[in-house]
Formats: sequence, structure tokens, C-alpha cells
Amino acid sequence: MDIATLAFSAIYQFGDAFAFLVLSACGLAIIFGMMGVINLAHGEFIMCGAYVTATASHAGLPLPLAILAGTVVSGLVGALVEFVVIRHLYERPLDTIVATWGLSLIATQGTLIMIGSTMAGIGTPLGSFQVGAYSYSIYRIVLFFAALGVLAGLYAVFNWTRFGVLARATIQLPHMAAGLGVDTRLIYSLTFACGAALAGLAGGLYAPTMTLVPTMGATFIMEAFVTVVIGGADVFLGTAPAAGVLAVVKSAMTSWQGQLFGQIGLLVAVIIVIRVLPKGLSGFVLRERT
Amino acid sequence: MGSLVSLLRRLEGPQTVGRGPVFWMLFAVVLAAALAFPTFSDGYTVGNTVYFFVWVFIALSLSLIWGYGGSLSFGQTAFFGIAGYAYGVLTINFGSAYGFTLIALLLAIAIAALVALLLGYFMFFGRIEGVFLGIVTLAVTLMLERFMAQTAGPEWHIGTARLNGFNGMSGMPPLTIPWPGGPIVLFADVGLYYAVLGVLVLVYLALRVVMNSSFGNVIVAIRENPERAEMLGYDVRKYQLITFVIGAVLAGLSGVLYTAWGQYITPSSMGMTAAALPLIWVAVGGRSDLTSTVIGTLAVLAGFQALTIYGSQYALVVMGVLLVLTVLIAPNGIVLGIMNWMARLSSRKKRGGN
Repeated sequence: MDIATLAFSAIYQFGDAFAFLVLSACGLAIIFGMMGVINLAHGEFIMCGAYVTATASHAGLPLPLAILAGTVVSGLVGALVEFVVIRHLYERPLDTIVATWGLSLIATQGTLIMIGSTMAGIGTPLGSFQVGAYSYSIYRIVLFFAALGVLAGLYAVFNWTRFGVLARATIQLPHMAAGLGVDTRLIYSLTFACGAALAGLAGGLYAPTMTLVPTMGATFIMEAFVTVVIGGADVFLGTAPAAGVLAVVKSAMTSWQGQLFGQIGLLVAVIIVIRVLPKGLSGFVLRERT
Repeated sequence: MGSLVSLLRRLEGPQTVGRGPVFWMLFAVVLAAALAFPTFSDGYTVGNTVYFFVWVFIALSLSLIWGYGGSLSFGQTAFFGIAGYAYGVLTINFGSAYGFTLIALLLAIAIAALVALLLGYFMFFGRIEGVFLGIVTLAVTLMLERFMAQTAGPEWHIGTARLNGFNGMSGMPPLTIPWPGGPIVLFADVGLYYAVLGVLVLVYLALRVVMNSSFGNVIVAIRENPERAEMLGYDVRKYQLITFVIGAVLAGLSGVLYTAWGQYITPSSMGMTAAALPLIWVAVGGRSDLTSTVIGTLAVLAGFQALTIYGSQYALVVMGVLLVLTVLIAPNGIVLGIMNWMARLSSRKKRGGN
């Protein structure tokens, strides 16, 4: 194998890991950034998106539209959950975590009861291409650009729309924003729904590459948590660079010792980072919030 | 003698609910009932009750860390699993002769405590707070489950003990007490029942003493306001680390007893669902009080088992609903709420009498 194919393989694996981390974490990150709350039902929103996408795709919808359906449905479920449970708990972040865990349990077991232990998947589209001795999936490259697209889209929304300006004001000084007439409750609700929709998008995008089981959310959450813990509240200054760094660790460890060690590498990286940089991005942002 | 009296005085205090002769009389009645229980019950029920008792230790550990200390840890099942596996590996390798199972019990708990010390050092001395603490401990737990689940191959063994991946380890000997007239093997029956009940009562009373001592008061002060505790000269990180390690010891004890009880341990005992269950018991019972935690854990476990007849997935949905409702409606716990209400009622009656 010559240098070029080796380099391509490394870049491909990095891109794959980066896309996975960004897509699975950004929904969690914007909810965390806004409300200082970790949504433990995040994985179940991803599962919801994947299931809806698969169902829509089986019903004959083209894949992009099916993914859109998954995103929208997850967003709506997120809005409902916010209305019924989350909005009563804004003063108690730890209780919010516990409550969302209860929701996650309900969602996983409820899906198991209603749909069964597995659901017919959808094949990975677009086929593959050959570089050197190895073949690569084209869809994985689509996923990488989708991750970049999501980051660009979030940047646009948070910087160039009225909602984005109000949301940033609410993040920075909730009371001041409320004093200036911003309906912060509405902003919170919209942000939660938005985070759930992004989780749904991640689920929809990865639905063709995975087996669909009620516990599939658990595949995503560890990576998502880790990225958010290192990255902190800001999606652009936190999540994206954290995903970049962690993707290097993960892809290197994975190609060295296999997938499990990729994940262990992530965990060790996180524990070391939080010790060495206790006031890193995340701690800094958290301090500002309290 | 004097120190013993002052120690016993700590059994009551500001950090635990229940005081006065009425409470201790009730305690004696419950204890007597628990002691008499095996005489008018069958072996299966007794073994099943031991199973309930085993889980109380992990619930107490969570009550200590979360309820008293204010740091939410999802990692208790990790220490449960580590100690359980350690007990399995040790006893399968060295057998149960000469009371080795008891040494294995202590060693397994020590290993769990050591892991907690290491992890806790990184977390508390890194000053991770609130939400992040929960996430890091959860990540550790899930990682450990994934790691153990992939150890199916024959290359994964420690000594003669195969780890067996997702199916878990089995065939380790039960706890055995060396005795002059031949060793007493504690099968999941009357013998283990009395042993575990004895340890449970000891741990419960010891924790009452510890939480009402100055150590416990500092822990609660840190929960209420870490900055203030720090300004008063307490090293918050050290106190949190010690609490975390004590919690890991209790969770580890739970893990060893569980492994010895059923003579098996599987990776799913560290999974997402397994990690959620202690949280539910403690939250429903009342996390900031030991007695409420014990009562709540036993009640929810019994309810859960009754529901499992209809299928465990239905029971888990009910558990999830119970957790969400508790957080929304009775954030301090249902049992604790009832106990406080009764205490208020009785004190009002007393005042009315005077």
C-alpha cells in the first residue's frame, strides 16, 4: 500500500468518526448550551428518527424525504416532551437528567412492546468505490458532508436569524433577555424541539447503516456525551473542535485495535482532558451560567 | 465506654429521619419480624428476600453520594460489576477452602474502591460538577459493559476464569464461613439470609452514625453550598472523594453478594437499564434519607417483581413512569414525604396535648 492510499484511508476514517461525533452530539449540545441540561433521552430521539425514516422509506418515500420525516417527527415529539415534562424542571437541572432517563426507559421499552425487538432495516444507498485494495462506502462521505452542512446550518441560524439572536441573548443572560421582552420560555421550548429534531436527523442519516433495534440509541449516546463534555455549550467553539480532536483519537485507536478500543480511547481522552483542563470550554461556560 | 455512648448518640441526628423511642421500637419490631421471617416462610421466598436485601446496599450507596452528597453518579453499577467480576475471578481461581470466599469478598470490594479512588480523583480534583459528573460516570459504566460483553473468546480469561462475554461468568462458589465442625456454605437460603440481614443492619446503623457525625454534616454542607463549605475551611474535593469511595464500597458489597447469591454475573448488570434501576428506587424512596431509601428500595423492588409476571418490558415502562412522576410531583421522594408528614402529624398532636 502506498502513501496516498494510506493517507486516504486515514482521512476517510477520520471523516467517518468526525461525522458520527458531530451528528450525534449537536442536538445534545444545543439543548445543553441553552438550558444547562443533559437530555438522557437523546439516544431515544435518535432511535425515533431512525424508525420513522425506515418506516417512511418502506412506505415508498425517497430516502432524503424519509430522513426529513424522521427529523420533523422527532422534533414534534421533542416539543411534546418539553411541554409535558421538561418545562416544569428548569430550576432543577439534576432532576431533569433523572426525568429524561425515565423517559428514555419508557421509550426504549415502549418501542420494544409495540414494534418488537427489531425492525426491517433499509440498505445503505449509493454503493461503494475502490481505492487501492479497499472499498469505501460513498454514503459515508455523504454523511461527512451532512455533518458539515449541519454545522453550517446551525451557524447560519444562530447568527443570521431573529430566533438565533434571541436564543444567544437567552443563553448569555436569561433575565436580561426576559427583561427586554424575549419570551425565554418559548425560546427554551423551541431549542429543545430543535435539539430533538437534530437527534432525529442523526437517526435518519444513520438508519441505512445500522440494525434498527429499540436500544440503538445507546450506540450514539456515549460518543455524544463525551463530545459535549469536552466541547461544552457552544456548538461552534465547543462541539466542532471537540469532535475534531476526538475523531483523531477514535479513528487512530479503532484502526489500531478495533472499534471497542476506539471507544475506550475516547473515554480515557475525556477523563484526562477534564483533569488537565478543568476550566476548559465546558467548565468555563458552566461557570458563567451559574 | 464514654466514647461508645457518644457514638450511639449519633444514631439520631439532623441528617436522618426517625428519632425517639417510638422510632426505635418500630425498628425493633421490624427487625424481630425480619429475624422470624424464615421460620414461617419457604426456601424460595427467603432466597428471593435475600435478593432484595442485596440491592439495598447499592441503593444506600447512591443515597450517600446523590442524596447526601449532591453529586449524581450513574457509576454505582460499574462498581457493582467490578466487584462482582472480581469475586468471580478470585474464587474460581482459588476455590472456597480456608474461608477464602470471605477474603475474596474483601478483595473484590477493595478493587472496586480502588477504581473509585482513581476515577474520583480525576473527577473531583478536576472539579467536575453536577451534570458532567453524571455523564462521565455513565460513560464509564456503559464502556465497562461493552468491554465485558465482547470478552466471549477463549483468549479472555484471568487464570482459569473465563469471562464469557455477554453470557457472563457463572459457577463461582457461594460465600463460605470456615467453622470447626466443617465449613458453613451460605447458599441462597436461610443461611445467607441471616448473614446478609446482619450486614445490612450493621451498615444501616453505621451509616446513620457516620451521617450524623461531623463528617456527614460537612457532606451535607457541601451539597447545600460548596463555596460556603470551602470558605469554612473544608477541602470539598477530599470530602467528595471519600464519599464516592464509601459509595463504591457499598456498591461493591452489593455486587459481591449478588454474584455469590446467584453464582453468576453478566455484563448487562452494568448496562443502561441496570444503572437506571437503583436511581429509581432511591428517587422514589427519598434520596436524602437512609431509612426512606431502604424502605423505598424494598417496596419498589417488590412492586417491580410483581409486575414482571406480566413481562419485564411492561414493568420497566411502569418504572420509567414512576420515576418521571416522582421527579415531577414528589421530588424529595414518596416514602420520605410520607415519613415527614407523619412526623409533623405526631408533633402537632403532642403540642395539642400540652
